[in-house]
Amino acid sequence: MMASSYNAKDEDGNITVSGPGGGALRSKKPENTAFKQQRLPAWQPILTAGTVLPAFFGIGLFFIPIGIGLYVTSNNIKELEIDYTGSDMSSPCFNCSQSFSWNSTKPCTCTIPFHLDQPYDSNVFMYYGLSNFYQNHRRYVKSRDDSQLNGDSGSLMKPSKECEPYAYFEKKPIAPCGAIANSMFNDTLELFYNNPNGTKVKIPLTSTGIAWWTDKHVKFRNPGGSNPNFTAVFQGTAKPVNWRRPVYELDSDPENNGFINEDFIVWMRTAALPTFRKLYRIIQKKDDLLPTLPRGSYTLEVVYNYPVRSFEGRKRMILSTISWMGGKNPFLGIAYITVGSVCFFLGVILLIIHHKYGNRSNSADISS
Amino acid sequence: MARESEDAGIAKASKVKRQRKKKTKENKTRIVHANILYDHAKGEENPNRHYANNKIKTTKYTVLSFLPKNLFEQFHRFANVYFVFIALLNFVPVVNAFQPELALAPVVFILSVTAIKDLWEDYRRHRSDKEINHMDCLVYSRADKRYVEKYWKEVRVGDFIRLRCNEILPTDVLLLSSSDPDRLCHIETATLDGETNLKQRQVVRSFFELDCDFDPLKYNSIIECEKPNNDLNRFRGYIIHRSGRRDALYKENLLLRGCTIRNTEEAVGIVIYAGHETKAMLNNNGPRYKRSKLERQMNVDVFWCVIILLVMCLFAAVGHGLWMFQYGDKRPVFDVLSPEGTDLSPIMSAIYLLLTMIIVFQVLIPISLFVSIEIVKICQVYFIHQDMDLYDEETDSHLQCRALNITEDLGQMQYIFSDKTGTLTENKMVFRRCTVAGVEYSHDANARRLAMYQEMDSEEEECTSHGGTLPRRDSVSSHQSARVVLRSHSTKSHRRTGSRAEAKRASILSKHTAFSSPMEKDITPDPQLLNKVNECSNQMDFMRFHSQSMSQLPSDLSDIIDFFIALTICNTVVVSSPNQPRQKVWAKVPSQSPVKTIEDFIKRFTPSRLTSGSNSSSSSNSTLTKLDEEHPGSLDHAFSTVLPCYDGKACTPEEGELRYEAESPDEAALVYAARAYKCSLVGRLPDQVTVELPHLGKLNFELLHTLGFDSTRKRMSVVVRHPLTDQITVYTKGADSVIMDLIKPPDTDTAGRKRQKKIVFRTQSYLNLYAADGLRTLCIAKKILSKEEYACWLQHHLEAETSIQGREQLLFESALRLETNLHLLGATGIEDRLQDGVPETIASLRKAGLQIWVLTGDKQETAVNIAYACKLLDPEEEILTLNADSQVSSSNQNFTDSINPSSSPLSSSSFHTTPFTVHRLGLVIDGRTLAYALDKSLEDKFLAIARSCRSVLCCRSTPLQKSMVVKLVRNKLKVMTLAIGDGANDVSMIQVADVGVGISGQEGMQAVMASDFALPRFRYLQKLLLVHGHWCYSRLANMILYFFYKNAMFVALIFWYQFYCGFSGSAMIDQWYLIFFNLMFSAFPQLITGTLDKDVSAETLQQLPQLYVNGQNSEEYKPYMFWMNMIDAIYQSLICFFVPYFAYAGSDVDLFTWGTPITTLALFTILLHLGIETKTWTRMNWLSIIFSIALFFTVALCYNASCPTCYSPSNLYWTMQRLLQDPLFYLLSGVTPVAALLPRYFYRACQGTLFPSPVQVGRQLDKLPAETRRNILSLSRVKVGSPVHLKPPFLSLTKPSPKGYAKKDQRSFPTSKISQAKQMPVLQTDEEKGQRSPVGPIDSEKGLLDLYTLVPTKVDTLASTKEAPTFAREQQNPVTKDSECLDKTLESSALSLSSWITSTPLLTQADSVQLALPPHGGSQCVKYTRNSEERLSSDHTVHPVHRTEQSLHTTL
Repeated sequence: MMASSYNAKDEDGNITVSGPGGGALRSKKPENTAFKQQRLPAWQPILTAGTVLPAFFGIGLFFIPIGIGLYVTSNNIKELEIDYTGSDMSSPCFNCSQSFSWNSTKPCTCTIPFHLDQPYDSNVFMYYGLSNFYQNHRRYVKSRDDSQLNGDSGSLMKPSKECEPYAYFEKKPIAPCGAIANSMFNDTLELFYNNPNGTKVKIPLTSTGIAWWTDKHVKFRNPGGSNPNFTAVFQGTAKPVNWRRPVYELDSDPENNGFINEDFIVWMRTAALPTFRKLYRIIQKKDDLLPTLPRGSYTLEVVYNYPVRSFEGRKRMILSTISWMGGKNPFLGIAYITVGSVCFFLGVILLIIHHKYGNRSNSADISS
Repeated sequence: MARESEDAGIAKASKVKRQRKKKTKENKTRIVHANILYDHAKGEENPNRHYANNKIKTTKYTVLSFLPKNLFEQFHRFANVYFVFIALLNFVPVVNAFQPELALAPVVFILSVTAIKDLWEDYRRHRSDKEINHMDCLVYSRADKRYVEKYWKEVRVGDFIRLRCNEILPTDVLLLSSSDPDRLCHIETATLDGETNLKQRQVVRSFFELDCDFDPLKYNSIIECEKPNNDLNRFRGYIIHRSGRRDALYKENLLLRGCTIRNTEEAVGIVIYAGHETKAMLNNNGPRYKRSKLERQMNVDVFWCVIILLVMCLFAAVGHGLWMFQYGDKRPVFDVLSPEGTDLSPIMSAIYLLLTMIIVFQVLIPISLFVSIEIVKICQVYFIHQDMDLYDEETDSHLQCRALNITEDLGQMQYIFSDKTGTLTENKMVFRRCTVAGVEYSHDANARRLAMYQEMDSEEEECTSHGGTLPRRDSVSSHQSARVVLRSHSTKSHRRTGSRAEAKRASILSKHTAFSSPMEKDITPDPQLLNKVNECSNQMDFMRFHSQSMSQLPSDLSDIIDFFIALTICNTVVVSSPNQPRQKVWAKVPSQSPVKTIEDFIKRFTPSRLTSGSNSSSSSNSTLTKLDEEHPGSLDHAFSTVLPCYDGKACTPEEGELRYEAESPDEAALVYAARAYKCSLVGRLPDQVTVELPHLGKLNFELLHTLGFDSTRKRMSVVVRHPLTDQITVYTKGADSVIMDLIKPPDTDTAGRKRQKKIVFRTQSYLNLYAADGLRTLCIAKKILSKEEYACWLQHHLEAETSIQGREQLLFESALRLETNLHLLGATGIEDRLQDGVPETIASLRKAGLQIWVLTGDKQETAVNIAYACKLLDPEEEILTLNADSQVSSSNQNFTDSINPSSSPLSSSSFHTTPFTVHRLGLVIDGRTLAYALDKSLEDKFLAIARSCRSVLCCRSTPLQKSMVVKLVRNKLKVMTLAIGDGANDVSMIQVADVGVGISGQEGMQAVMASDFALPRFRYLQKLLLVHGHWCYSRLANMILYFFYKNAMFVALIFWYQFYCGFSGSAMIDQWYLIFFNLMFSAFPQLITGTLDKDVSAETLQQLPQLYVNGQNSEEYKPYMFWMNMIDAIYQSLICFFVPYFAYAGSDVDLFTWGTPITTLALFTILLHLGIETKTWTRMNWLSIIFSIALFFTVALCYNASCPTCYSPSNLYWTMQRLLQDPLFYLLSGVTPVAALLPRYFYRACQGTLFPSPVQVGRQLDKLPAETRRNILSLSRVKVGSPVHLKPPFLSLTKPSPKGYAKKDQRSFPTSKISQAKQMPVLQTDEEKGQRSPVGPIDSEKGLLDLYTLVPTKVDTLASTKEAPTFAREQQNPVTKDSECLDKTLESSALSLSSWITSTPLLTQADSVQLALPPHGGSQCVKYTRNSEERLSSDHTVHPVHRTEQSLHTTL
């Protein structure tokens, strides 16, 4: 009854009050537009086994190859992790790890030998990794002054409140202030290739290009502009409590010193999770013919400064090549394969359902 | 509310001021002096200076007060306080989580949206105020010695104002002078009470005698009257003249603000109340605020959210404490000390963290939900407004939503309480038949004529359904369209002068006048009766000519002429001529005011005039001649351009037809009926009624008193001096039940007694017959008063009239004294026609699982028959009739004692129906029984019975009872109730129900004013409930659920993160995203879906009303669904959290480079989730989703590029830009939402196939091509068949009478069976099988009730709401069957209706079994009647079909 009058209404929508006087009276009759009558053309998907089948199979067929591709890619990435925390008695760094202090004057050095089974062909990225280090702690994350790091001279001498209690040391403003800077990773890692002939070759490590370009050039700036005299610029500031050197002595290269020191910048980018790695150095590939790191035995020399025992932390050194999708992580590939398979499997179930019950679900049974 | 209190506040303030300044003055009254006396004394001296002036201000705010006041009001809402608290918490450094300024953003946003809405509304009010304040009116100026134009706002109390025709009154004005020679002023009060008839107002009596024009300068009286109050129907006071004379003032002297002057060229009055103190303004209540069921349910879940929030916060706090504790004294470097450098103890940090977490997790409490719901509801209301199907062409009105926030309740109704008259019926009264002096005149021709209208109507109905918008009944009524033209100018004048709201209302009403349609007017007289009338008037003419006493007339003939005189004059009908509507036919006669004083009485009723018949006839003759003489003179009078040409045949219908405006349509019907017999009402003045009788010509009846109709007395009377007999005659017209009790016991004359007795008996039986026919019955009686009796009564009456305290009560008692010992003249049967589509609507609503109760003040038989006609009762139903005999218990002592025993008959009677559960039950209960049933002790039993009945009909119920029934059902059964009504007597019911619907029909606007929704017609209820209600409910329910899901899912992400950040309250999602996620990024799609989503199309919803059950059972939003959504939210958030977690595990990713993808993934997931839940994808949906995503990325990119140092503590510089270059980001975006939504998508797909809800099936039906769909629907209907079914005339008989139609009405015949009923409750059953055994009710009562409660599951699937959860799917078949059975009524309704109307019902034999129950303390008689199914029908051809269908039905 309604359906039959439906079309009729569409057509005569413009008729207003008929009869004498109708023109004079402005009718309050609602306008007959699709929008106002809620008749906008619409796509009405109905979710039944039959209609969603293609989606499930499609997703399955689409995801599984992607997953396999990702998995293979991830597996081709070479990665080596060396834990040098030294919590074990047997570990070379055990002695060093026992010292608790941040500012011990005498550096403790330990040497860890390791062996590469495969040659690393492309650029090799050297990371340091920390575990159980809650760089994402709320108060920790906040404890920095971006203005100061951006070279604002006002903030340099008067750090933000957020830096408390690492804003002033003996009435002098700390540069860089805050807990993040204060707890900066200060181990030094060096790699040596043990030539089969017995010599130790120091592997050249590039310390630039490890931070985000925008961080190095926009977010972090040294105060005083291009003034190379850092001592003068940082005059009147104190170094962070845990640091051995002031910030302007982090590197000899003026382009990598002060706030724009890349190690510092990398550290300031707080990690998302308590177990993290941070890029330390890059081993550039030099020769197209030779692998960057050939097979063989190596030695890692650590100047052990960073205490992790207070929080049961671990320290690692990671060597890794990377692919287009980043570091070695098979998870995404597995996820794609799993989701794809589940979709496919559910698709099969739906197919069965559709075959068994699909015919029943026509509209007749509302009235039966 | 606020506005009301505002008004009250103003009033109060002014009152306080007044009281302070005028301590010496008395407090109870207001004294008004004329302003012109004090013009020279500026300001201080004017005694009226303390009264409010006429400037109205309905705005809440001023420019200055807006901000503080609006904020203050908004903070009344708890949620806002909570959010402000959270925002302020952010300013505490120890616990803050976000940038404090940013944390203010959401709450400021919410507050400002509401503030802007309020501001806009206030601005609109301000504009309309301004418009009104600047309207012009004429105020007398002493300086100019003339009336000058002033703005309304400048009018002050005590001013004299002059009003012209069609002007709107600016204030409450005491009428001092009128250009009308009768010192009358007519006003139209449509804007106040919606009554469209003209009301007469009189000039204050002291100024009555003024011959010349009223001169304000000579005025020097003082008016003392009541304080301003909101009672429109009361005004009392005195006017004190300088001479010391006091005159009483009545409401008849007061013209109310907002009314329109009509038919009066000019009137002058003094302002009594102005501005906010006018009665109209005091009556002006703001919009109502109700909270919908869904919102109540939602609030429970908001409460759960709060608990979840607290649990999460506590969990995090404890976790943080433990995490801190595990490090002991070895403080790790990342555990930052407090700003002072001191160590924070784990416990302290846990406490701080608790507060921080509340800030971080605040999103869980959906801050924007409240605003979103409001926005969505406004849109819903807009769409309901715009629906063409709810637009009534005839009255040019659409549905009005007066309550904006309960749209979704429309989709959840379970009980409908409907008024009958005017709601189900047209309230167009058509005279059908009458009985005079015991002789019935069946008016067969009239019945045929009505049947013709019926057909025309139904044909037109088809036309409209095809043609769509043609005005209905236009072909029938040429008058109507003419009326439109005539009315249009008055509408325009409203538009010009009135406020917008007033004009709007006026235009609604303008087409909807009190005039009757031709169907009501053109009555075909019964030839037999017409002859008798002619004969009678002939004789009277003869007798008058020969100066014989009228008493010699044969009593039956005199009864006939009296009957028609009573019909003509016993009313308040105003006469007007058609060419100039609203202008009374004016005839100048020597005016005599109604008798007001004893002296007056003595002066006027001199013995000579009372006794001498010849004298009086000559005087009436002289009046007639005078009348004739006056006519030429009156021609040039502005108001009487058209002569009341009333010679019947001689006149052309266009010119000669007089229009009658009546307060109630049955009055008009009676006047039209009398006119058909040439007894026409020609003119009515306050003191005189002019009637034209055949052969006798025009007669002037001197109108001594009119005792108006009231619902307690249920009758009205006029006291007139009969011009022919010169006797003082009382004509009374009223409900048969009351009139019959007032009939004079036969006097000593034996023959007369016999005759009287016979007349009464016959009339009663005809009355019952009429009632059985569904006619409204009225009895007409008269009484002749002797001079002494009259004088005696008058004495009391005048005392009553002049008293100020308790005047109403005294007048009422005075009326009771007069209306005794009446002489029965006859009775009339008036038909109240059903509105279009009522049976269909009821059938459809019932199919939708709605229980429909009809509560009416009509008598039982009428109500029952209307109920049959509109398919409320089904002939296949058993009818339980509960008529407790109140005669026994009326003494009121041991009231409860006498009721208690009735419980056993009640329950036992219901037991007896259980063996026949194949039949559904209908319950009919009358007002008296209802009074007992509503008693505390019985209400449960009453409800138990009523619940198991498919339909309930309460007759003879008072307005209070109506609201009590609604309240009882609503509170006891915990169901959603809707009350629909059109009259003032439904107001209380409408207010009590969850949703009140008013019919903006003929009986005025009170019901509409009290309602939440106003409909032009009853049948629109179908679409309103089934379509809009369903949509609104399902949209809003889904949106709310989605909101909870969305917030929970988003917040859970942060919660999971706490496990990886030492429960430190850190968030990987940036504060900006966190705060604006709800407000901006994910807000629009859900609003669009919440506004536009249609789960099933309107057509299918109407064709399959069963789908409405969905909302009744709250199936879209059940408590478990909240938790299911929560679980789904947890699952999805786990996926959205852990997929990136593992994908980035151990990598060098930083906090926000990892958090931003999670935010993005959450957004995608949430939007796709909405996509799964969206049933209808219009381009708006697509746009909104695309817009949301685009907005997110745009904002993110801009934000991340904007400032490298600004947004401490987080800093996302260039993050998004880098992410967009990262393939991992895209890979994550691919897999995560799919994995997150897989379960829901799979579940929906399985549900759609394996166990589709009715709604889903309906949706599938939608997808089918129109042709197929129609086939399927018709198939399903054919399956159960479409039997043509008959309406058996139901009569609640106690004893089949030999004649077949006479029956006992115990109320009217108190003596009939009481003696029998006195000792024992009698249970009478009429049944055809007689297989029940009488069961003692006492011992088995409990068991019976238990047994009985089982019934609904079997019988009453439709109505059962308690066993709802499982019912929808599993019991779908029975439901459908049941409802399809109903459907068949739909098919045949037109046929059966017409057959019913034209046929006189015949009764078949019905066996009756009397069950004598043991005496049980009291003496209560409960009659249980079960109507026989096997009835003869008037239409034999239909009968066999009926039978076969019935058997077909039982086999199904």
